[in-house]
Parts: sequence; C-alpha cells; structure tokens
Amino acid sequence: MSFGVGERVRVSARAHDGHHRTPGYLKGKSGTVERVHDAFTNPETRAYGADGLPAERLYLVGFSQDEVWRDYGGGSADRVYADVFEHWLEDA
Amino acid sequence: MLRARAVTIGVVERAAHDRGGRPTGEPIDLTEHELADWELLTDALVAALGGRGVMNVDELRRGIESMPPAEYERASYYERWLHSIETVLTEKGVLEAGELDRRIGG
Amino acid sequence: MSHDEHGHDHGEITTDGEPEAAARVRVLEELLVEKGVVDRDEVRRRIDWLVSRTPADGARLVARAWVDPDFRERALDDAKAAALELGVDAGSSPVLVALENTDAVHHVVVCTLCSCYPRALLGPPPDWYKSLPYRSRAVSDPRGVLREFGVELDDDVELRVVDSTADVRYLVIPNRPAGTDDLSEDELAALVTRDSMIGVAQPTALAPA
Repeated sequence: MSFGVGERVRVSARAHDGHHRTPGYLKGKSGTVERVHDAFTNPETRAYGADGLPAERLYLVGFSQDEVWRDYGGGSADRVYADVFEHWLEDA
Repeated sequence: MLRARAVTIGVVERAAHDRGGRPTGEPIDLTEHELADWELLTDALVAALGGRGVMNVDELRRGIESMPPAEYERASYYERWLHSIETVLTEKGVLEAGELDRRIGG
Repeated sequence: MSHDEHGHDHGEITTDGEPEAAARVRVLEELLVEKGVVDRDEVRRRIDWLVSRTPADGARLVARAWVDPDFRERALDDAKAAALELGVDAGSSPVLVALENTDAVHHVVVCTLCSCYPRALLGPPPDWYKSLPYRSRAVSDPRGVLREFGVELDDDVELRVVDSTADVRYLVIPNRPAGTDDLSEDELAALVTRDSMIGVAQPTALAPA
C-alpha cells in the first residue's frame, strides 16, 4: 500500500536477518510522512547480488523525539526523520 | 573469534552497525585527518568496482555489516571498506579465497 | 595501458605508521588490475575526483539560495536540479534534498547506519561525522551534540535531525546571518562552512579563518 504526505504511519517492529536500512531505534515507532521520494531499488536484495527490482517507494518519515526516546532531553517540538521503504511501513 | 551478536536495545535486536541511540559516554572527537593515500585508493577501488558493475553500494554496506561486532567497532572507516571489498569479491569469485593473503605473504 | 609490475618488494610498500590495510589495499589493486577487473587509469581518475571535492560547490548553492528566492524554492523542491542549474556536479545519488534552517527550525544531518554524506557538494566527510559517538547521539541527544560543537539553540527552536538511511542525500541550507545584506554572492559563499551545511554550525557575518 502507498502513503501520502501527512499520513500517520508506523514502522514495523520486526527483526530482519540480513542487510536492511530501517534503524532499530525507529522500529515500532509511529510518525508522519514528510516527503514521498522516487522509487529506489531494494537494498535488501541488491546487497546479495540481485538487481533490487521491483523498485519500491521510499518515504521521509518524521517522528516526535519525545515519542522515540523514553528520556529525550530536548525541546518538545524536536523531531527526527529517516528514509524508510514502503514495505517497512503500516498504517498507524 | 567472536561470533556476531546483536545488542538488544528497545523493541528489536540490532546489529553492530546500527548505532542510533546507543548509550555512549564518549564525547565526540573533533580531530580531523586528511585521507591517507591508501584510504583514497580504497575509496577509488569501490567507486571503480561500482562503475564496472562488479560490486554495488548495497553490497559494500552489507559486507561492512558482516564484520564481527568487536572488529567493526575497532576498525577504522576504510578498514571496514577494505574488509567488505575482500569479502564480497571473494564471494563472487573475483578473488580466490586467501589469494590476497598469499600474494602479500609471498 | 597496464604493464607487468611484479617488480616490487611487498615489504617496502608501506611507510612507517601505516596500518596493515595500507599494504593490503595496494596489493589488492595490483591483483585487480592484473585480472582486468579495473584499470589503473580509472582508479586514478576516481582518486582525482574525490580529492577535487570541497565544500565550495555546496557553498555556491547556499549563497544562490540566499540571494534568489525563486532559486531557493527550486532548491527546496529538487536540490539536484538546482545544483545542475549552477553547473555543479551533484554526484551520483539520484536524489538530493536541501533542508532549510530558519530562526524557528534547525536541521542537522547524520547517517546512523554507516556514513552517507553529500560528498560531491561537501567533499569527504570529517572523521567525527563517521564516528560511533556522533552516529549514536546525533539522533538521541542532538542538543547535547550541538553544544559540543558550540551551538546552543533556544528551547523554542524546533530541532530536526535527519538520518540518511537510504540513497537520498541531505544538505542543510543554513540560516543567512544578519549584517550580510551588502555582500556579493561570492562573499556570501565564503561565509558558508562545511559544518553549517551539515547543521552543526551556524555561519556568521565574519568569514572563517
């Protein structure tokens, strides 16, 4: 499924055996789509010699720092963003 | 030899290269160094191998991530790249297993 | 153009203080050239490209964005296309995104998983950017990190950390300093430091030493 700017999404909370670009600190966290990038080849397969196709949509997702870290010591409006592939996102 | 072992932080286990939010007491060392000739060479080899379609950036990253955690943390940036090039090229048969060691030793 | 170069004594190919990796990579290059996997010319060209990269091109893009509001909008929409307008080599990454710092919002960039960085526009990344402590704390304690760089943000400034987890590259357009209205575009570019385009510094009206 695809997402649009402003939509709430949740990053899947799952382990992945092998190369993947979803950082652990964001797994299971919910945020908002900030940007929809072009489609990119899938690093999870391309890292093992496959061609990484079909290309998949990549999203810049923003999270409230207060919701990511139990003891975030900065401003309440502070945010953290990461580029996350579509297959790692679910409706929040 | 240390077996690769992920560190459990938060919800899901993570591998050694996944650093975001890991507790660290270390201040950030702001000293900079100009890249040494061998580091430029390592970088250039990866770029050349990429240009030739022999090894791509995802394979480079995956090769780096395959280092045992203690080695990963101890190695310098381009030492990790070199480990990855050797791993991936040996896997692909571009290098024979142990070929580089033999050539250096001989 | 490659010639048979088995003449060297491998015991002499590192200079003092170099790690073992230095010898290994030189022998690796030799092997790969012999096998026809790469040739020396292309390796040299790649080295030349890398050492040619400095923050000057990034600074040009920033200075243009400061003086030209339409260019700024185009850069915020598609920084790669904007860079190409200036004849700047924006590198091989398919997407470059410019992040605008204002009085209300401050961006800082990191790559927690490795060290992704807009090298074409900034040159090779500094050691600290690639370091484990930066990669750990830039996301979880960004205000503490900025303090270590001498930047103190007000509580009401929204601090946005961008983790370059994929092949999109991020470049900060720092906030234009006060007192620079009379400067030419070139003079403005001279105020823009590499660190300000990562987000760990703010340019001032005084050119850096």
